Amino acid sequence: MKSTENVIEISGLTKRFKDVLAVDNLGFNILKGDVFGFLGPNGAGKSTTIRMMLSLIFPSAGSIKIFGKTLLDNRKEILTKVGAIVEKPDFYNYLSGLKNLEILAKISGKEVSAKRIMELLDLVGLTDRAKSKVKTYSHGMKQRLGIAQALLHNPELVVLDEPTTGLDPQGMKEIRDLIIRLSKDEKKTIFLSSHILSEIELVANRMIIINKGRKIVEGEVDTLLKSKLLKVTIEVDNPEATQKVLQNTSWYNSIESIQGNKINFNFGQDNISALNKYLVENGVMVSALIPVRSLEDYFLTITAQSQ
Amino acid sequence: MIYTLVKIELLKIFRKWRTYIGFIAIGVLVPLLHLAMYLEGQHSINLVTRGLRDSFVLVGNLLNGYWISFIILNALTIHIPFLITLVAGDLLAGEATAGTYRILITRPVSRSQVVTSKFIAGIIYTASLVLWLAAMSLVIGLIVFGGGELLVMGPEAIIIIEENNIFWRFLLAYGYAVLSMSVVCSLTVLFSSLVENAIGPIVSTMAVIIIFIILSAFDVEILREIRPYLFTNYILQWREFFYDPIKIEKIVKAILILSSHILMFFIATSIIFKKKDILS
Repeated sequence: MKSTENVIEISGLTKRFKDVLAVDNLGFNILKGDVFGFLGPNGAGKSTTIRMMLSLIFPSAGSIKIFGKTLLDNRKEILTKVGAIVEKPDFYNYLSGLKNLEILAKISGKEVSAKRIMELLDLVGLTDRAKSKVKTYSHGMKQRLGIAQALLHNPELVVLDEPTTGLDPQGMKEIRDLIIRLSKDEKKTIFLSSHILSEIELVANRMIIINKGRKIVEGEVDTLLKSKLLKVTIEVDNPEATQKVLQNTSWYNSIESIQGNKINFNFGQDNISALNKYLVENGVMVSALIPVRSLEDYFLTITAQSQ
Repeated sequence: MIYTLVKIELLKIFRKWRTYIGFIAIGVLVPLLHLAMYLEGQHSINLVTRGLRDSFVLVGNLLNGYWISFIILNALTIHIPFLITLVAGDLLAGEATAGTYRILITRPVSRSQVVTSKFIAGIIYTASLVLWLAAMSLVIGLIVFGGGELLVMGPEAIIIIEENNIFWRFLLAYGYAVLSMSVVCSLTVLFSSLVENAIGPIVSTMAVIIIFIILSAFDVEILREIRPYLFTNYILQWREFFYDPIKIEKIVKAILILSSHILMFFIATSIIFKKKDILS
C-alpha cells in the first residue's frame, strides 16, 4: 500500500539572485517512500532548489515543509532526519575519511556509533582507505564518502544531488543499487537530482522535470516516459520493398532513417504491433523489432517546449 | 553542542599546516632575537641608560630575560596580529573555499552555534599563540640571560622594577595581550564571514590595523577626536602593568573597550552569517 503521507511539500518556491530568477514559483510534493527524480538540464535551478530545501540558501518567496513542518522554523529538528549530498563532494581534505565522518557524526543530532561509521565505510567500499587523508582520494572515492556522510545518522529522507557524477559505470551501478536498497529495504524517502534521464528512470518512481527554474512536468516515471515518444527500429529483409509497402500508409511519414536493412521509426508505442502485422501481411520478412525509448529526445522535446 | 563544535573547530585548526606558521615564526624569530641580544644587547642597554649613567651608578644584570621579553612583547602591534589573521581569516572563508559549508550547515546545528564555536576556537588559538610567545620569550630569556631588575621607559620617567615584583606584571600583560589580540582575531573572523577565500580577511584586517596605527600616530586635532575609538590605540596598553603606580581605571577602560569590540564584531558576524546564502 503506497503511503500518502507527504515528506516534502514545496509551494510557490522562488529564488531570485539580483536580476536572475533561479527558481520560479516551484511546487511539488514528495510522498513517504518515494524515490523522487528531480530532473533538469544544467542551470535549471536544481541545486538552488536543493540548497533551499537544506537551508543553505533562503527562498525569496514560497514555503518548504519537510515532515509536515516549516523548514525555517524547525530547521534543526528536520535536519536530524535528513541526509544529503549537495553538488560535488567536498570534505576537510587534510583529515582522513574516517575523521571526517567522525566529526560529522558528532553534529548529526543522533548518536552515531563507531561501528556504524565502519559499516558505512564498508558499504561504500572505503574501509581500506579510511585512514588516508581525503586529499589523496579520487573524485569517485569522495563521492562514495559523500554517500556515507549522508547516511551517517540513518536519516529518513536522503537528498542526493547528482550522486553518480564522476563515477565509473561500475560505481554508478553500485550507487543505483544502493538507492534501490535504501528505498526498498530501509524504506527511506529518496530525493534524487540528476540531469541524466536514464539514471532517474532506473531508480525513481516519481519525477519532476524543471527548466529555467520552472516545473515542466511532474508525475509517475512510468506514465511520463512510456506514454511519450518512442523510437522503433525494424530489421527487414528488403528495406526498399518495405518502403514501397508503407508508401501509402501513415507509418511512411514516421520513417526517421534507414541504415542498411534497419528502418528507424519515430512513433507511439501503440503502433508497434499494428505495423508488424501490416508488414507481415504484405510479405515483408521482419527479423527484428526493437523499441527504443528516446529519453534524450523526450527530455529535449519537453525542455524545448518550455523555452 | 557548542562544546562539541568548539572541539571540532580546534581539531580543524590544529590539523592544518598554516596553523603552525605562527608558532614556527615565533619559535624561530624569538631565539634569533635572543641571539642578537646576547651579542649586541649590552650596547642597547647602554644606549637606553646613557643619560642615566651620568647621574646614577647602575648595578646588576639589566640585560636580563625580563627586559628582553618586555621588548619582544612590542611585536603585538603588527607581527603577532599578522600571524593571528593567517588562521582566523580561514575560519569561515576556509569553509567556503573548501566547499565544506555544505556538509556543515546541512547538519542540525544553528548558524549562531557555528559562528560562536569558530569565535571561541579562534580566541583559543590566539591565546595559545600569545602563550607560546610568552614561553619562548620569557622562559628562554630567563634561562639564557637570567633574571634581574626591569628597566622600563615610562611616560614621564624611567622606572626600575625590582625582580621579585616583575613576574605577576608579565602574567597580567600576557593576559591583556590575549584580549587585545582577540580583537584582531574577531575582526578577521568578521571579514572572513563576508568573503569566500582567506586572503581577503588577512589583507583587510592588516590594512585596518596599519591605517588605525597611522591615524593614531598623527598628532592632529581632528584625529585626536577619533583616536579613543581606534582599538589599535589600546593594543600596547599592557605597558601600564609595568608603570608605577598602575592606573587601574585606564586599564579597566581599555579592557572594556577591547571587550566591546570583540562583542560588536561577534554580533556583526552572527547577523551576517545568519542571513548569508551559502553558494560555495
